[in-house]
Amino acid sequence: MLELRNISYEVNEDQKEIGILKNINLKIEDRFVAITGPNGGGKSTLAKIISGIYRPTFGQILLDGEDITDLNITERARKGISFAFQQPVRFKGITVKDLITLAAGKKISTQEACAYLSEVGLCAADYINREVNASLSGGELKRIEIAMIIARGTKLSVFDEPEAGIDLWSFNNLIHVFEKLHEDVQGSILIISHQERILNIADKIVVIANGEITEVGTKEKVLPKLLCGSESCRFYSAE
Amino acid sequence: MDAIQLSLLEQVAGLHEVPEGAYNIRSNGQGIARNTTANIDIVTKTDKPGIDIIIKPGTKKESVHIPVILSQSGLKEMVYNDFYVGEDSDVTIVAGCGIHNSGDKDSEHDGIHRFFVGKNARVKYIEKHYGAGDGNGERILNPTTVVEIEEGGYMEMDTVQIKGVDSTKRTTRAKLSDGAKLIIREKIMTHGKQTAETDFEVDLNGVDSSADVVSRSVARDTSHQLFLSKINGNNACAGHTECDAIIMDQASVSAVPQLTANNIDASLIHEAAIGKIAGEQLIKLMTLGLTEEEAEAQIINGFLK
Repeated sequence: MLELRNISYEVNEDQKEIGILKNINLKIEDRFVAITGPNGGGKSTLAKIISGIYRPTFGQILLDGEDITDLNITERARKGISFAFQQPVRFKGITVKDLITLAAGKKISTQEACAYLSEVGLCAADYINREVNASLSGGELKRIEIAMIIARGTKLSVFDEPEAGIDLWSFNNLIHVFEKLHEDVQGSILIISHQERILNIADKIVVIANGEITEVGTKEKVLPKLLCGSESCRFYSAE
Repeated sequence: MDAIQLSLLEQVAGLHEVPEGAYNIRSNGQGIARNTTANIDIVTKTDKPGIDIIIKPGTKKESVHIPVILSQSGLKEMVYNDFYVGEDSDVTIVAGCGIHNSGDKDSEHDGIHRFFVGKNARVKYIEKHYGAGDGNGERILNPTTVVEIEEGGYMEMDTVQIKGVDSTKRTTRAKLSDGAKLIIREKIMTHGKQTAETDFEVDLNGVDSSADVVSRSVARDTSHQLFLSKINGNNACAGHTECDAIIMDQASVSAVPQLTANNIDASLIHEAAIGKIAGEQLIKLMTLGLTEEEAEAQIINGFLK
C-alpha cells in the first residue's frame, strides 16, 4: 500500500514559489486507481514524486508502512515501484529484448520476452531485436513501455497517460491489456488517464486539479460528475 | 605463443586457437604462423615488411585472418599489407592489432592496408584494436586503409577500438567506381588521456556509387577524439556521413564533416551529434532498478554494440 502524507511540491520560477502540488493526502490500497483531472493540474508531477524522480518539498511517502521519502529512484524501484513514462525514452543500440530483460531483472529467454510483447499487442518476432531508437513510432514505444512494467511485475505500477499517442484501433487493445492487468495484478496499479474507458475499470478515481485533490471515490460516484461537467471538469465534457 | 599473446589474439580476432581458412599471424615483428588455401594465397613482401593477400576471382564464403600482436615493450613497426580481392568473390577479412605493453617504452604498430576490390566482389573487413598492460610505455596504433573498389564492388569495414590504446590516428582513403558501395562502421571508446583521431576521405567517382560512413564513439575522462569525414561526390552518387558521440567527464570530441558535390546529381548528407548521456535515459533505467552507474554502463554498451 502506498500512502502520501501532506505532499507538497513547489518550484521556484522568477523568484516566485509556485505550488505544483498542495498538501496531497492519498492512500492507494485498491488494485486499480485512476488519477484524472485537467492538464497542468499536477498529475504527472505526483507520479514523478512517487517514483522518486522529484523530491517533494514537504510531506512523506510510505510504501507498506515504510517511509521511502528519502530513497532515490533506484532504491524505490527495488522496493517495488514501477513507472511507465508518458513519453518513453529512446536508446540507440539497446534492443527491445535488452530493455525487457533489464525490466525483468533477470536473464529471460526470447520466448519469455516475446510473451510480454504479445500481451501489449506487438507481434513479438517483429520487435524483439529492434533497437529502441527513432525507428519506432510513439505508439510502439508506449506499448514497449507498458510491456516493461508487466515484465517487472512489482507491487505498485504507475502509468502516466498510457493512452497518449496511441491510435484508436490500438486503444481498444490497450483497454484489454489494462483489464487483464486488473485481473492478474498482485499489487496496485495507479494510472493517470483522461480516458473514460480506463476510468471505467478503476476501483477508485482521484481527481486532481490545481495541485489539489478535488474528488476521491468509486467510479459510480466520481464518473457521473466528471462527465456531466461540474465546475472543475468542463474540460472533459468537451472531449 | 604465451598466455599474453593468446589473450591478445582472442581480443583482436576472437580466436581461441588457430583460425580456419587462410591466416597469417604476426607477433613481435615476425610472421609466426600462416596458412593458405586453394583460393587465397599469402605472400611475404620482399621489398618491405608486410604481405600480399591474393584472393582468386570467384572465391566465395572464405575468410582471411591476419592478426598482429605486440607483447614486447618498445617495439615499433610499420607494416604494408595489400589485399587483392578478385572479381565476383565474397570474403571476410579479419585484421586487428593487440598491444600488451608492460614496460616503460612506447610500443607502436603502424599498418598500411590497401584493398583492391575487383568487379562485383564483396568484402567484409573487420578490424579490432586493443591495448593492455600496466607499463608506462604508450600503446600506439596508426592504421591507414586505402580502398579502391571497381564496378559493382562492395566493401563493408567495421572497426572497433574500445580499450587500452593510448594514441591512434586512423586514416582511410577510398575511391569508388560505377555502382560501387562502401560502408564504414567505426566504434571508439577512449579513456584517461588517450587521443583518437580518425580521418576518412571518400571519392565517389562512379555513377551510382555510394558511401555510408558512421562513427559512434564515447570519450571519457580527459580523452580527446577528432572525427574528420570528407565525401566528394564527383558523379551521380549518394554519400552519408554520421558522427554520434557521447562525452563524459572532461573529455572532448570534435566532429568535422565535409561534403563536396561536384556533380548536380550527387546527393550528400552529413549528421553529427555530440552530447552527454541524456538524463531521461539514466532515469528510465534507474526506474527499472539499476543504479546510476549500471544505467550508464548499459547505455554505453548499447551505444557501442
